[in-house]
Amino acid sequence: MRFELQIALRFLREGRTQSALIVGGVMVGVAVVIFISALIAGLQANTIARTLGAQAHIVVKPVEPVARAQLNPRDTGVATVQTAPRKVRSIDNWQQVALAYESVPGVVAVSPMVSGAAIAIRGEGRNSVAVAGIDLTHYDRIVDLRDKLVAGTLRLEPGEALVGVTLARDLGASVGDRITLTTGTVADQGDQYQISGTLDLGNRELNRRAVYVPLRTAQSLYGLPGGVTSIDLRVQDVFSADAVARQVAAVAPLLVESWMTTNGQLLSALDAQSASTGIIRIFVSIVVMLGIASVLVVAVVQKTREIGILRAMGASRGQMTRVFLLQGSLVGLVGSLLGAMLATLLVFLFGVFVRGADGNALFPITLTANLLLLACVMATLCGTLAAIAPARRAARLDPALAMRA
Amino acid sequence: MTSAVLKLTAIRKSYNIGKAVEAEILHGIDLTLAAGEFTALIGPSGSGKSTLLNIIGLLEPPTSGNVEIAGHPVSYSDDDTLTRLRAETLGFVFQFHHLLPAFSALENVLMPRMINGEKITEKVRAEAMQLLASVGLKSAESKKPAELSGGMQQRVAIARALAIKPALVLADEPTGNLDTKTADDIFVVLRRFNREFGTSFLIVTHDPRLAATCDRRVTLADGKIVRDDRT
Repeated sequence: MRFELQIALRFLREGRTQSALIVGGVMVGVAVVIFISALIAGLQANTIARTLGAQAHIVVKPVEPVARAQLNPRDTGVATVQTAPRKVRSIDNWQQVALAYESVPGVVAVSPMVSGAAIAIRGEGRNSVAVAGIDLTHYDRIVDLRDKLVAGTLRLEPGEALVGVTLARDLGASVGDRITLTTGTVADQGDQYQISGTLDLGNRELNRRAVYVPLRTAQSLYGLPGGVTSIDLRVQDVFSADAVARQVAAVAPLLVESWMTTNGQLLSALDAQSASTGIIRIFVSIVVMLGIASVLVVAVVQKTREIGILRAMGASRGQMTRVFLLQGSLVGLVGSLLGAMLATLLVFLFGVFVRGADGNALFPITLTANLLLLACVMATLCGTLAAIAPARRAARLDPALAMRA
Repeated sequence: MTSAVLKLTAIRKSYNIGKAVEAEILHGIDLTLAAGEFTALIGPSGSGKSTLLNIIGLLEPPTSGNVEIAGHPVSYSDDDTLTRLRAETLGFVFQFHHLLPAFSALENVLMPRMINGEKITEKVRAEAMQLLASVGLKSAESKKPAELSGGMQQRVAIARALAIKPALVLADEPTGNLDTKTADDIFVVLRRFNREFGTSFLIVTHDPRLAATCDRRVTLADGKIVRDDRT
């Protein structure tokens, strides 16, 4: 291999401009692929983090009763079927069910919840809100509220509430102030809660409507002593949520929804994004390969005499093939190493200069060593593949004819 | 009699010119070269000298006939065996030196050994330097071919041809584009290697004066050997 490598390097060095141009081409191609891959990965990770930031991966609810018309099959009369009004329903035996969920593989946290609608009142201000009764120690493992705390402390003693930042502002309340929550029924005059903290849940709707109260408080608010309306689950790998959800569904006859089902549109958008990066990668690779191949085809023609001399001196067809394969690999390798550097620079510049409306960086783009390594390996492989046709041409040259060239 | 480095039996070579027309260049050549023989191959242009040299050099197959090099009958079916035989037993010196322009004089001399997969140790390098020194180019080791004169280039090519200590060196008009003085020098160098290493030489030349200095003169005309005389 030593001989082949030396000849390959010398040939590349001799055709300096040609080599520099094609290495530059590979560099730009690889940089684009790495940058786009990192950008899309960052964007997707950010989108998912934002989406799942204040949301459980899997939510288990009681099955909604279905209203059926009690019709005699022979009766031709038409019936209007009205859905029963929604009422807050509890999950039967939720303690056992939750316990069973904890042992489903892939599930890392389980937290019961009572949720319902209410109106929050403070002075003249009234806002309709979504109340979530939670056990903070359990819920903390589903959604990291600590991370979202804007003011106050993350604490839910009886009579305390954590509220979204926008809601607090709408009500003109801050930490320590009291708000009244009422479910709106005639009997419910409303109870007062002290705001222990405000949260930025990363979503305008949630920030305007979320009110967290202790589980017990919510149970009495909605008349469900000892009951829960849903069980939240967190899974190890967010993209396995659907698979885990199927196993969870086998535990008890309850309605199991993973974030992947409820965010179907988001998911298909992410898929489309991944597909388009894939297409970009494929086409950039093809362009890079065509570039390398065309430069090497020309190099074979330019080096015909040298190839003839080497062959006359006893270089085998295999050796000549390897000389040109190596040139392809070297162009791919050197180009991709430079491309990796250029991509790193691009990512850095993107972080410095591309800012959101608020002046903060849009989202973190991380270049993983794996991505860089994979890009370099792929580019080297592409270079070698591109060199196959030119290398075979070089090997097939008749030495006697080649020397006369 | 010493063993033969080359034995040609009934070599014919024809080229297809177009589909139907066939031109026979060599009409049955029989030629045996003994080890250590210093032979000139002479003849007018178009007599088939270069074609014969290409066949002996295993660069192209004959249309019919047998080639035997250093006791090995040559089979043209396997290019790798052919290449190895060429790499191990033959050295080439061409009219136009055919040095690799990207490599220095020393590297050009080392090239045949690199092709053979040898590791370039200090010893190998010293041997190559020795060869360069013996053609009077000790100080030109790092010069590229383009920086050398025609005679110097040809001397590098000779040193290269001898790098693997071949049994037979084929020289195709090695002095064809050199002035008389330089041509004489080249012949002296070739002769010295012939005496020192016992290497056989087959030299195509147009120069009757130089041919006269050889041990043997084989004259080719119209694809046939018409004269073969020894000094």
